[in-house]
Amino acid sequence: MTSADPAWQLFEQRFGALRRARRTESLLIFVILVLLFVVSAVWTDFAPARIIEGVPRIGEYFGKLFSIQPSENAPPEAVLAWQHVFGGVREPQSIAYWFYRFNVYAALLWQTVQMAILATVLGYCAAFALSFPAARTLTANRYVVFVSRRLLEFMRTIPQVVLAFILVWPFGIGPLAGVLAIAIHTTGSLGKLFSELSENADLRPVEGIRAAGGSWLAQMRYGVVPQMLPGFLSYGLLRFEINVRSSTIIGFVGAGGIGQELKRVIGFNIYEEVSAICILILLIVVAIDLLSERVRHRLIGALV
Amino acid sequence: MSASAAHLLPRTPPARRAMQWIFGLAAFTYFVYLLWLFDFDRIFTGLPKLWIIVRLMIDWSQIAQWDHAELLRSMVETVAMAFLGTFLAVIFALPLGFMGARNIVPSRVFRFFARRIFDGCRGLDQFIWALVFVRAVGLGPIAGILAIMVAETGVLSKLFAEAIENIDTRQVDAIRSTGASRIAELRYGVLPQILPVLISQALYSIESNSREATILGLVGAGGIGLRLSERIQINAWDQVAYVIVLILITVALIDSLSRWLRLRLIGGPSQQA
Repeated sequence: MTSADPAWQLFEQRFGALRRARRTESLLIFVILVLLFVVSAVWTDFAPARIIEGVPRIGEYFGKLFSIQPSENAPPEAVLAWQHVFGGVREPQSIAYWFYRFNVYAALLWQTVQMAILATVLGYCAAFALSFPAARTLTANRYVVFVSRRLLEFMRTIPQVVLAFILVWPFGIGPLAGVLAIAIHTTGSLGKLFSELSENADLRPVEGIRAAGGSWLAQMRYGVVPQMLPGFLSYGLLRFEINVRSSTIIGFVGAGGIGQELKRVIGFNIYEEVSAICILILLIVVAIDLLSERVRHRLIGALV
Repeated sequence: MSASAAHLLPRTPPARRAMQWIFGLAAFTYFVYLLWLFDFDRIFTGLPKLWIIVRLMIDWSQIAQWDHAELLRSMVETVAMAFLGTFLAVIFALPLGFMGARNIVPSRVFRFFARRIFDGCRGLDQFIWALVFVRAVGLGPIAGILAIMVAETGVLSKLFAEAIENIDTRQVDAIRSTGASRIAELRYGVLPQILPVLISQALYSIESNSREATILGLVGAGGIGLRLSERIQINAWDQVAYVIVLILITVALIDSLSRWLRLRLIGGPSQQA
């Protein structure tokens, strides 16, 4: 086979055309992306000069987060030093000195986790109830399906923090507004997942119960729920992990939890406390993720 | 075992049944305790006030006097923030993802630290990053962009690393057997395999970040959130409702746009990883 072979030439021609087409396409996508980037950057004032100016300040701020000023005019020191790490509360550069308000943080973190638990339970129950009318295969009335689906969509699209901000007005400052906001969001997102799960349910048990004269409620209770329980539980636990994260920030609008304290120390520039709280939040979030993953695996193993 | 044989199954032993009851009762007691702890009775005094707010929200008779230009500008700013933040996050996450993948970087220690960095970026909510960056670079959308970038880099790096670990190694072997360089191996062996995951994840991130970016303004990190919090603070409930509707429409638009793009670029949901 040589380059004079017509088949070869045809191949070369077609291959070249394909390559050129793909190259133009990639180039086009690239140009569009760059264009979008530039437009967005101009719109948001994201200028290189401002970034270059900002980078040292970011470094400086993060440096301050991990340094302390033991007395009024003393130079700042690193927040931890080897020789002092296990010193008492009054010894600068020790863990105890850094986390000297640990009992306050611990109480607030515990409140945060409990907010997440209550919000998950409330949202789970509401989502459970709403998921049956929202499942197309289980509810004959099209309007009921439509209304429940739109309701769930509405509940999950409003940002949680905004919802909490609004609910703080009628329900007062405190964790209740946060719990309600997270519960509403949980209802919206879990309800959607549950109804999708239920739509995939095997309908033969439902038919069997209907044939035996069971009501719609009995059909759902004995026909659908037993099939769906492992899925429902594992989605619920996943949602709990997400809700722990949400409840750490919901306090910024006065809706309870560690967020309120974090907002205060950031506002007053108490640098070492900012880093202390952030580390604790990180630890609790990771711990709950790991715990819930374990429980999830065990539950699925036990039920399937 | 068929369903008709259910009555032949051994019944739950009494001890187990008692345990179930005790556990259920304890859970219920804890639930009631939580309701009491969070002053759930306030819900009854609050509902009438909520009803007043809702009534004020649906009265849009003053619509002509609202500052539509400013609100729309902030809305576009929010979307631009989400796009820029995600774009930068993809750029940073791609090399980081390679560094966190077992089949690319054999060093265990290196990989451990790379993964812990992803966890650190991911574990703190975008909102907290925004607060920190507002303090560091000042009020405005730049703080929001940086917050989205940092949080999203953590998420995407982890996903990319997992996608890279799940690739088919034969394609890489084939490239290597032609005597290609290490870079060519990654470019022609690995990248084409993770590209669908990359594109669909990036689009999904833009979607979720435009939702998230709407609240970053509450702490002064730019976007529609600032306008929203101003209006909540002066109790302009009609405009609050208007801004929320604006957010819902924008989010729905971006969702459908990204669904369309995803279908065009990677051809159907069946190819998604």
